[in-house]
Amino acid sequence: MQDAIGILLLPALGSLIAAVFGRSLGRKATSYVTVGAMALAFVWAVSVFLRMLSLPPAQRSFDPVYWQWIKAGSLSLHFGLLIDPLSAIFLLIVTGIGFLIHLYSIGYMHDDANFQRFFSYLNLFAFAMLVLVTADNFLFLLVGWGAVGLASYLLIGFWHTRPSAVSAARKALVLNVAGDVGIMLAIFILVMTLGRVSYSGVFSHISSLTSLQVELIAFLLYLGAAAKSAQFPLHVWLPDAMEGPTPVSALIHAATMVTAGVYLIARAYPIFHAAPVAAEWVAGIGAFTALFAATIALVQNDIKRVIAYSTVSQLGYMFLAVGISAYAAGIFHLTMHAFFKALLFLGAGSVIHALSGEQDMRKMGGLKKFLPITYWTFLIGTAANAGVPFFSGFFSKDAILGEALATGHFWLWLVGVVAAFFSALYIFRLFFLVFHGTYRGDGHPHESPPVMTVPLVVLAIGALLGGYLAVPGAWNLFDQWLAPVYSRYPGGLLPAAATAPNWGAIALTSVLVLAAVWVAWNLFGRQVREELPEGLRPIHKVLYNKYYIDEIGHAVFVWTVDRLAVLADLFDRVVVDGIVMGIAALVKGWGEALAPFQSGYLRRYGLAVLIGGVFVVAYLTLV
Amino acid sequence: MLSSVVFWLAAAVAIVGAGGVLLARNPVHSALSLVVNLAALGVLFLLLHAEFLAVVEILVYAGAVMVLFLFVVTLLMAGTKTPKEEHRFRLAYQFLLAGLFGFILLVLVAHVMLGADWISSLAGPNVGSFGSIAAFGTALFTQYLLPFELTAVVLLVAVIGVIVLGREHGANR
Amino acid sequence: MVPISYYLILSALLFSIGTVGVLIRRNPLQMFMSVELMWNAVNLSFVAFARQYLNMAGHVFVFLVITVAAAEVAIGLAIIVLVFRNREHADVDELNVMKG
Repeated sequence: MQDAIGILLLPALGSLIAAVFGRSLGRKATSYVTVGAMALAFVWAVSVFLRMLSLPPAQRSFDPVYWQWIKAGSLSLHFGLLIDPLSAIFLLIVTGIGFLIHLYSIGYMHDDANFQRFFSYLNLFAFAMLVLVTADNFLFLLVGWGAVGLASYLLIGFWHTRPSAVSAARKALVLNVAGDVGIMLAIFILVMTLGRVSYSGVFSHISSLTSLQVELIAFLLYLGAAAKSAQFPLHVWLPDAMEGPTPVSALIHAATMVTAGVYLIARAYPIFHAAPVAAEWVAGIGAFTALFAATIALVQNDIKRVIAYSTVSQLGYMFLAVGISAYAAGIFHLTMHAFFKALLFLGAGSVIHALSGEQDMRKMGGLKKFLPITYWTFLIGTAANAGVPFFSGFFSKDAILGEALATGHFWLWLVGVVAAFFSALYIFRLFFLVFHGTYRGDGHPHESPPVMTVPLVVLAIGALLGGYLAVPGAWNLFDQWLAPVYSRYPGGLLPAAATAPNWGAIALTSVLVLAAVWVAWNLFGRQVREELPEGLRPIHKVLYNKYYIDEIGHAVFVWTVDRLAVLADLFDRVVVDGIVMGIAALVKGWGEALAPFQSGYLRRYGLAVLIGGVFVVAYLTLV
Repeated sequence: MLSSVVFWLAAAVAIVGAGGVLLARNPVHSALSLVVNLAALGVLFLLLHAEFLAVVEILVYAGAVMVLFLFVVTLLMAGTKTPKEEHRFRLAYQFLLAGLFGFILLVLVAHVMLGADWISSLAGPNVGSFGSIAAFGTALFTQYLLPFELTAVVLLVAVIGVIVLGREHGANR
Repeated sequence: MVPISYYLILSALLFSIGTVGVLIRRNPLQMFMSVELMWNAVNLSFVAFARQYLNMAGHVFVFLVITVAAAEVAIGLAIIVLVFRNREHADVDELNVMKG
């Protein structure tokens, strides 16, 4: 598996070529290079996957080290890849879905003036994400972590002439960097206490830490994960990130980067196993985020914002899963989500493309007959997101909810079930508003070119069939595949009883989801209700304004920063200026005190020489 | 003894001459006092068997150097008045401190000289050829030849320096 | 015979008078003459020590001092003439352009 580095180097090379030679290569050649790099990387990842599959499960872990940077005692800072079943899944997702989205972007970005720059960034992102998921130590995880944040910043602000895009990019960067600092601090603590940063080194020495230290490390890692994966209250950047081009939203802000937080917790599960408080916290905030974001998604009018809040909500489910140690279920949901959310975003992109940039759902409707391929693939994505029985989201979401109930987290389960109801409601609202009824806009919608629809079809197949990797009561290939990773250290696997299907719970959520679809059909499918009942208006207002989180955050932080600024100003004037001015005054005072000696009178200087000379003579003769 | 009488006389004349340099209002008087002082020093040099130096002291110092001084004094005094009265006591403490520390210096040196026990133990009346012009010449042209040659360079530098300084800012005329 | 220490004390006395002269006179020429006084006080002590130790090095040294003094007088007087030729008063206290 020494060759797995090639998977990383291909997009890096592609990015470099697109950046340096993009202008001279032209659009076509650049897209061949960058998309080709992703295609090759995907083939390579598949070959790695197949080779792992041919080995007995216990031997499916490789840790080739390519470059030793610093070695001091037990501390080893090196660049090595950890190729095991967990990172293999991410290799496949990042390269596979990444490739499809690259392909789609050729069509979507066709008319953009900065075509080459876009593909350079996209490849850069893929490279950074691959570093993140394959690094075998926390340090290079952080390198990838920071680099995906950078790529995300560049891509959100890709249309840098739009003020809203620039401010969204800045917001995303600031919140992400706040998370990076959490991971950095966690690494510092690890170096301080264990003197190790490699996964294997840290995980096998967890027991030598006090429980307080472990909790602290876990919370700091969670801070990074929560910022990257848009967990409440750090979720505010993700909906704004929709200012970026839609393929970016699909790749970075749905399928891959935002799931890095889930990956981190799933990877560092021995730490979270040893830190039960942090783990409970992860699960609780995850469940809350799932419900919270789903309710906001109910009332938004921007098609991409609805999907963005849907992403936040689904990420909440994943955090709920990894918080209750249902790592395999969390990763399963992550994978399914990568398919159906990428599909939804690309479908939304296809709609937006068809309507020449229109994103407001109130000006859509009836698009079924204009965009048949988009319609059918979008339907599959919608059903998967809603958790309609026998679509992928159904299997993965129910796996999480079932395991939450089985591990005794009744309240979390209940929140998750309610969130599932809302998930179905908002996504079918979106679906019906966009594709059913009559067209309310004034453009001339047209179906997208094949380069965009082919990825939709491929993703739709994934969203349709992916769930059958783990059919409750029959087989669970996903758990089997990940078992070697999660049996290495204690706490990775749930007891067998917890993973057994709970048919009652599954039936309950299924009924709720179907009920939500029915409600959505009645409210938005048959005809659009323009007027809201009087009693719901205040709720609508709160939801529409996203619970005023942005405003609260703004008020709190601006107030705090204002106060800090006043303090800093005072400090600057009293202490800093005091020191500077004090030194200046001291020097000036001394200068003024000494200046008279420099009288310019020759005889006075001579007198000084005499006096000094007399003292020297006195010293030599008398002492 | 004769040499003691000569010493005391010469010493008294030297001190009077020095006092004249110090106190005379008129620079010409100061210069003449300095000539007297130098002449007395020449006598003291003879008492110390420094025959050649006594002659040099009187010829070069009291003669050539002091004549130069007098030239300059007359040159400058012709165009300048005496110092302004308002300047006179501006640095009054200068007199006080200079006198005080000059006195302390004297006391310190005298204290050392009078307290030293090595002085009487060395000097003998029998000096042989010490101090003769022949002995001086031998020392100067053998052991101290290099410093002697260097004095030539010093004088050359002085001559060139004076020429440069004495130009009438000729370059731009 | 007069002890050498008398010569040395006389030398110190002349040196002190010269020093005070340099410090209290305002006329640059008189200051310069006081400097000459100091030179010669030192010369006297050299000659006295040479006599004490019967060593001609002291005489040679005095010879060198006289040479250097002659050079110094030549240059020093040239400078004084340059500086004070165009002034109303020959007074060093008027030269305080170096005042800090």
